[in-house]
Amino acid sequence: MTVRTPTFLLICLIVVVAVFAASVAIGNDYVFFAGYVILQYVVLSTAWNILGGYCGYVNFGTAGFFALGAYSTVAIYKFTTGDDASFPISVSIPVLMLVGGVVSGVIGFGMGYLTLRLRGAFFSIATLALAVVLETLVVNWDYVGGSRGAYIIRPEEIAPIGNYIRYLFLIMMLLAVAAITVARLIEHSRLGYGFATIRDDELAAEASGVPTLRLKLIATTISGALMGMAGAPFPYYISYLQPDSTFALDYAVNSIAMPLIGGTTTWAGPLIGAILLGSLQQIATVTISSAVNLLLVGCLLVGFVIVAPNGIVGLVRSYWQRKPEEFVGRRRIDADAPGSVP
Amino acid sequence: MNSATNGRTVNTDLLQVDDLGKRFGGFVALENIALSVPAGERLGLIGPNGSGKSTLVNCICGTLRNEQGVVRFNGRQLDGLAAHQRTRLGLARSFQLPRPFASLSLADNIRIPLLYTVAARGTVKSVHEIEGRCADLLHEVGLEEKSRRLPRDLTQVEMRKLELARAMASEPKLLIADESMAGLTHSEIEEILTLLVRLNERGVTIILIEHIMRAVMSFSRRLVVLVSGRKIADGVPDDVMRNPEVERAYLG
Repeated sequence: MTVRTPTFLLICLIVVVAVFAASVAIGNDYVFFAGYVILQYVVLSTAWNILGGYCGYVNFGTAGFFALGAYSTVAIYKFTTGDDASFPISVSIPVLMLVGGVVSGVIGFGMGYLTLRLRGAFFSIATLALAVVLETLVVNWDYVGGSRGAYIIRPEEIAPIGNYIRYLFLIMMLLAVAAITVARLIEHSRLGYGFATIRDDELAAEASGVPTLRLKLIATTISGALMGMAGAPFPYYISYLQPDSTFALDYAVNSIAMPLIGGTTTWAGPLIGAILLGSLQQIATVTISSAVNLLLVGCLLVGFVIVAPNGIVGLVRSYWQRKPEEFVGRRRIDADAPGSVP
Repeated sequence: MNSATNGRTVNTDLLQVDDLGKRFGGFVALENIALSVPAGERLGLIGPNGSGKSTLVNCICGTLRNEQGVVRFNGRQLDGLAAHQRTRLGLARSFQLPRPFASLSLADNIRIPLLYTVAARGTVKSVHEIEGRCADLLHEVGLEEKSRRLPRDLTQVEMRKLELARAMASEPKLLIADESMAGLTHSEIEEILTLLVRLNERGVTIILIEHIMRAVMSFSRRLVVLVSGRKIADGVPDDVMRNPEVERAYLG
């Protein structure tokens, strides 16, 4: 189970190359458009899971952080591109991602500082409120298009990859690898143990010397930053960005549903959940309608809560962990129980 | 081993509580509590339900904030310090109802204070050392065979032992055991008592909060009685039990 990080990164790199090569081999650029969305959800659900899964703080504000990343890109675009640009330079996507990450990370830290004394549903409602506040701000900010939205003209091609969408796809895939690596590093570190104690029992965590408030702030900052990074290239993907679609409920719902379906306690959970649910949604969009997406999420979520409350990872794990000794133990207890046949 | 002799302040009590007061709205939970506990002490803290024992523990450990009074530990004033900082100073507690980390294995439960308290003090460095101590602690409380199990697989007494082992893992100078024996059988109580005595003999000061009088009387060298948020008696156990005020509080 314990693959060292360099080995893990090498495996990721091989997967990235393989997926990219396969997507190119299919020869239809739609694969890249659909794949981009799935990868974006891999990042979002991995980011959500760092706070929601590891620490147990349910964040309904994913769309807010995502949109912050997207709108910081729009702001930079307005500032640097076009005839009325104040500062005409060309800013590459990775730089935009960094900026989006910093902006969302700072807001994540602020949100954490203001709300982390709240617990359970109260925390979740506060994050929902944050998304609403941010949307109201963007709608009333003319510079980034306000409620009319903003156009981003993306280059047709980029050397040496070719079509720009392929470039965006590749970038998002690398971000997904980065997000998963961060999640995995946290999980195997002291920080990960600390997060788990926050999820289980904050009072006992404090009594064991865990600085819960500081750890929660680290979690909201990392989680927010990754969401912002996922949002930064989005204007280039969609070309026309408007508040309605960027602050859409889909992001919040999906980034919660995907880890829940995959399993919230490991990095693999959100990855599996996002690929599974994301692919299903893409297929449903093409074959049925794009409106069926959230219905699909709802049905799957209900199903998983009933059948596999610990997600796919939990299901697999409980199957693997049924070691003989445990069976013996249970049988013995059963045999001792009154009324049972030995 | 004795912290009073190698600490900064020789001849000072390890724990000193002065004029402590705590209210919940209009309800006075604690009033004018004064308590000094020298290093190495075995102190029993008793009182009827609702007399403020757990509130006192919570104020000392930083889970609750006292409005009035001062708590000093090892010569240092604790006011304003978060619970985890107090734990790092050497003040550990177990909870009245065991609060294990439910999603972590027993070994990981023990590992948390080792990682966050002992390692934070800089006294252990290597991973091997932490693993070693973790195994030692589980062995000491007799849970080494279940080290990879989850807390939900434990019996009542094992849960209490885990709770104590986790508190011990932070290598405290003072351990406050809040009703570590409630609901246990006679022999299980003996096991826990043996554990606490052994710990005390290694130099850990212990405050035992307990309803089971037999256990308190056999363990404590000194007894403090709380009734309705006030300290009504403090002294040698036998004398305290003969105190008419204590008799009245207990027998009505």
